[in-house]
Amino acid sequence: MRVRPYLTVFRMRFALMLQYRAAALAGFGTQCWWGFIKVMVFAAFFRGTLTRQPMNLAQAITYVWLGQAFLVLLPWAADPEIAEMVRTGNVAYDRLRPLDTYFFWYVRAMAWMVARAVPRCAMMFAFAAILMPIVGLGDWRLRMPSNLEASALFAGAIAGVVLLSSALVMLVNLACVITLSERGANALIVPLVLALSGSIVPLPFFPNWMQPFLFVQPFAGLVDIPYRIYFGGLSGWVAIAGLAQMFGWTIVLVFGGHRAMTAAMNRLQVQGG
Amino acid sequence: MPQILVQDLSKSYLVSEREAGAWGAVKGLVRRRRRVIDALKSVSFSLERGELLGFIGPNGAGKSTTIKILSAILRPSSGRCEVEGLVPWRDRIRHVARIGVVFGQRTQLWWDLPVIDGFELLRDIYRVGEADYRKSLDAMVGLMHLERLLDQPVRQLSLGQRMRCEIAAAMLHRPAILFLDEPTIGLDAPSKLAVREFVGTLNRESGVTVILTTHDMHDIEALAQRVIVIGNGVILADTSFERLRAEVLTERRLFIEFAGAAPALAIAGVKVRSREGNSIELAFDPRQLPAPELIGRITAEYDLLDFKLEQPRIEEVIAHFYNLHGATEA
Repeated sequence: MRVRPYLTVFRMRFALMLQYRAAALAGFGTQCWWGFIKVMVFAAFFRGTLTRQPMNLAQAITYVWLGQAFLVLLPWAADPEIAEMVRTGNVAYDRLRPLDTYFFWYVRAMAWMVARAVPRCAMMFAFAAILMPIVGLGDWRLRMPSNLEASALFAGAIAGVVLLSSALVMLVNLACVITLSERGANALIVPLVLALSGSIVPLPFFPNWMQPFLFVQPFAGLVDIPYRIYFGGLSGWVAIAGLAQMFGWTIVLVFGGHRAMTAAMNRLQVQGG
Repeated sequence: MPQILVQDLSKSYLVSEREAGAWGAVKGLVRRRRRVIDALKSVSFSLERGELLGFIGPNGAGKSTTIKILSAILRPSSGRCEVEGLVPWRDRIRHVARIGVVFGQRTQLWWDLPVIDGFELLRDIYRVGEADYRKSLDAMVGLMHLERLLDQPVRQLSLGQRMRCEIAAAMLHRPAILFLDEPTIGLDAPSKLAVREFVGTLNRESGVTVILTTHDMHDIEALAQRVIVIGNGVILADTSFERLRAEVLTERRLFIEFAGAAPALAIAGVKVRSREGNSIELAFDPRQLPAPELIGRITAEYDLLDFKLEQPRIEEVIAHFYNLHGATEA
């Protein structure tokens, strides 16, 4: 498989998605708002609890802001471009390209997410890590990674999030191809992501008996593992194990998704026209 | 070995149905009715390099299904199909790199991108070298008059402009075979002419094999040396356009205006299509009764003010042909 065509596809979609500045600003605004609400919920929770919690307030706040910064890196929905093509039957044209359809769509999903994440993430860091301390809200700020090791591991983890999340978006895309509509698939994926990634409640706050399961399931790699690596909640070999589980799941999901895609395309029906 | 070989190709779809109304919807929850639709029933034909084949038939006849199988989008239910020695659906990636396809009802260009960006994306997807790309692009731009369109976003193009760009896009990687599925649908007269001229030039000068489906008989008349008529998934005729025309287009129409009230003519082999006031419309087969003889016989008996001799319109003839074979859509 030659890589250049896929790189071009990525570049084009990336450039196209970067154009949507108004959407980025609006998204940033919403994410600040929700960020504050979540931060306040945590503050209230930590004030009211006497037992020892799996992370302290500063860490929880950092976790919240990271979640807001990287929100669009999560697989919330089918790639709207693919959903549109499924509705109109334009999938036919994608089958005419001398490309592996799975990876053709995979790099597009990746470009779609990364291009939206870059501006939002930059704005969120500027706001929560730099601006907030300046205006005297330093207690509520997004803190820097705990050390150099955590920074390096986090960089790897974010790359892992992109790869894993694209693989999950591809599963939603596939469900969309099979059911001919993105609605059902989108409705299923949202609660899974919300609950299992740790994006609402960080996974360590769940009961102890659930922890082994929560750590090994694929959604943990979207939020919980990378963010805990960031503030040092996971370090050393545990962090490496976290990364390994992310990349492991990515490989499994890509492999399975690729096979399912081949099967779905063999049954493809494009009617009319 | 022909360039395109199709043998006993069949394709059936499974469609779900439900009865109309709310009760039908409820019943549909419990039990789905499935119906098999045979879109293609044992279709066979072959095509040599450089041929230009017109594919006609009523809506739902199986034209598009055939094109979609030939271009590896669909798998047939059974039968054999080889294009330049490759089985399309088995060797999809290699196969699609060698063909160009245009669906008149869809767009392959990126809606938000300028035309030229879309072309460059296709260049990279098809791995066309820079020199070859330049050459193709220049040739397309010249032939299709695209100079002023290249920098415009696709969504701002008119349908005619877009279709010219679509065909150019399908030819950038210099495929040896071009499938055109209703390329002139919805176009105005000048755009149709431009598309026809372009397709004709590609076929004549570059030797590109073309399969063209259309409902516009003028497309066929202007372009196709060979015509396949398909109806209900079966090939009804595979012949040259002239032969098809001669076979189905023998009928002549004679419109006469009499000095007095139109008489009730009864001439063997002549059908009265309509009679109203002074005028009458007759249909006859000139092979049985030549037109001069018919006119002579009528003028000998009656006073005429005027008359007009016509061939039925080709659309009408084709519709008649479809009817004759029970090929009109259910």
